[in-house]
Amino acid sequence: MSESSPKKAPSRRQFLTGAAAAGAGAVAAGAARAAGPDPLITDVQDWARATGEGVDATPYGLPIEFESDVVRRNVEWLTADTISSINFTPIHALDGTITPQGCAFERHHSGAIELRKDDYRLMINGLVDTPLVFTYGDLERFPRENRVYFCECAANTGMEWAGAQLNGAQFTHGMIHNMEYSGVPLRSLLQEAGVKPEGKWVYVEGADASSNGRSIPLEKAMDDVMVAFKANGEALRKEHGYPVRLVVPGWEGNMWVKWLRRVEVMEGPVESREETSKYTDTLANGTSRKWTWVMDAKSVVTSPSPQAPIRHGPGPLVITGLAWSGRGAITGVDVSVDGGITWMPARLAAPGTDKALTRFYLDHNWDGSEMLLQSRAKDSTGYVQPTKAQLREVRGENSIYHNNCVQTWWVKENGEAENVEVS
Amino acid sequence: APAMAEKLGLGRAALPEEIAAWDLDVSPDGTGLPAGSGSVEDGEMLFAEHCAICHGDFAEGVDNWPKLAGGKGTLADKDPLKTVGSYWPYLSTAWDYVNRSMPFGNAQTLSADDTYAIVAYILYSNDLVEDDFVLSDENFLDVEMPNAGGFIVDDREATEAHFWTSEPCMEDCKDTVEITMRAAVLDVTPEEIGTEA
Repeated sequence: MSESSPKKAPSRRQFLTGAAAAGAGAVAAGAARAAGPDPLITDVQDWARATGEGVDATPYGLPIEFESDVVRRNVEWLTADTISSINFTPIHALDGTITPQGCAFERHHSGAIELRKDDYRLMINGLVDTPLVFTYGDLERFPRENRVYFCECAANTGMEWAGAQLNGAQFTHGMIHNMEYSGVPLRSLLQEAGVKPEGKWVYVEGADASSNGRSIPLEKAMDDVMVAFKANGEALRKEHGYPVRLVVPGWEGNMWVKWLRRVEVMEGPVESREETSKYTDTLANGTSRKWTWVMDAKSVVTSPSPQAPIRHGPGPLVITGLAWSGRGAITGVDVSVDGGITWMPARLAAPGTDKALTRFYLDHNWDGSEMLLQSRAKDSTGYVQPTKAQLREVRGENSIYHNNCVQTWWVKENGEAENVEVS
Repeated sequence: APAMAEKLGLGRAALPEEIAAWDLDVSPDGTGLPAGSGSVEDGEMLFAEHCAICHGDFAEGVDNWPKLAGGKGTLADKDPLKTVGSYWPYLSTAWDYVNRSMPFGNAQTLSADDTYAIVAYILYSNDLVEDDFVLSDENFLDVEMPNAGGFIVDDREATEAHFWTSEPCMEDCKDTVEITMRAAVLDVTPEEIGTEA
């Protein structure tokens, strides 16, 4: 991620179209409540008279056109080009916890490569009894497991360290996705090669030009790291590492090496570019943390939010969002509507699971006044999501990575929301 | 601890040529470096040919492309400039990364000697060696990287121990709340309308 100054981007917010849509919605809702009968009910509509598409129309479907705003977006000024760059999951528009693969964020360092299963090779070498080469077909013959985990980029929310900058949960918190992975434990492959006693680390790298090499302690590699080839039931998408990627539960997304081609057992870490120049976190005094692997507990209200304003006026309001922790399971989420003076426990849609997204709801009765909306996650280790001020107190403002601060949305009387910082 | 698994007999032994082709990583102690050498002088020409269009004639960076030189002593500044000279702890990383992943869009086209020369030129651009310097696998570890001591291992569990609080405040947690920063004032969020489906 570049640290250079943002350039001005096109200026008008979605609020304009949002407000227009809200107006139209209000009219429609008003009509439904008005004295006159609703023609959507009293007139026979086309879809109730004629026929829809046949089952042969769409061998593999995309979302209906009315959902065309639920897409990945990039922010041009963040990086020098779009090849080594990032885009963002539209978390403001999603619900539940599983991220549809087609709009799940991408982060490449030399683009999304095309690697056929037939051309795929995985090498295990280094401090092993027998260095091995596997084909894709070999991997499918190992005992398999299925697990749901979040993959969060270390830089998620990184642009917000120095202040409130990007206006929308997609941009401030959308370098994340959560999928059900099918694959084999990395442990199985290492055991097949036979790890020598001197082996203490593994170095993992991808088949792409950037290679994205990272060092992982052997203990983690033998614990829950997966070599995955399916996500959400189907093959990985090209941009997510087809045909094989590493899944490193709870740890920063950079280590989830895509197009995985080699695992080398080593005595020490390689200290590669992606764990020295990048993915090290500079503190206020100029020293930097390295090996900050775990993603701490974090949450965000996804709606209402800047891209998901309230369009229905006062009354019942669903406040919802996501919480997650790389250290374990989410055990609770508190929500504040007054900027953190008072907190209310939210309802978890399902009990939190290890290192995976958790959906929360607060069923609220909005009186139409301004709100300063916040959420605060707590995980199974007792860790409570900190404020940005608490984080800055320890780290300063130049860490770039690992910003898991409490986010504030200023919801105005007209239902629009804005990314703000509060005292 | 995981049980010792039975081997399944899947995969086949990797050949030496295959390992040599893919196992290119270089560690801080120099493990993995091939024999070879390159001078600042040769590096300057190679850099001009392969690198300068993005990284600048003096490794100072063009537009938003990474700056490879400069920034000495800026790490505690409000806007640190983190380069090979000011930030990178190990020279091995520079050699490894250039050799494997650069030039951007045409990676793995440099010979070992080319890489030594280019890395020598990057060192020269950072005022870390003289213009007659020749870098080789023999003297590689003699080069002192200014920020070699600038890194600590993740210490969050110690320095952020106060984030583990069993009973976070639920009521009257502060007296007042004021908005101190607004994203709409910066106004750098991309336009949302007109996005293709």
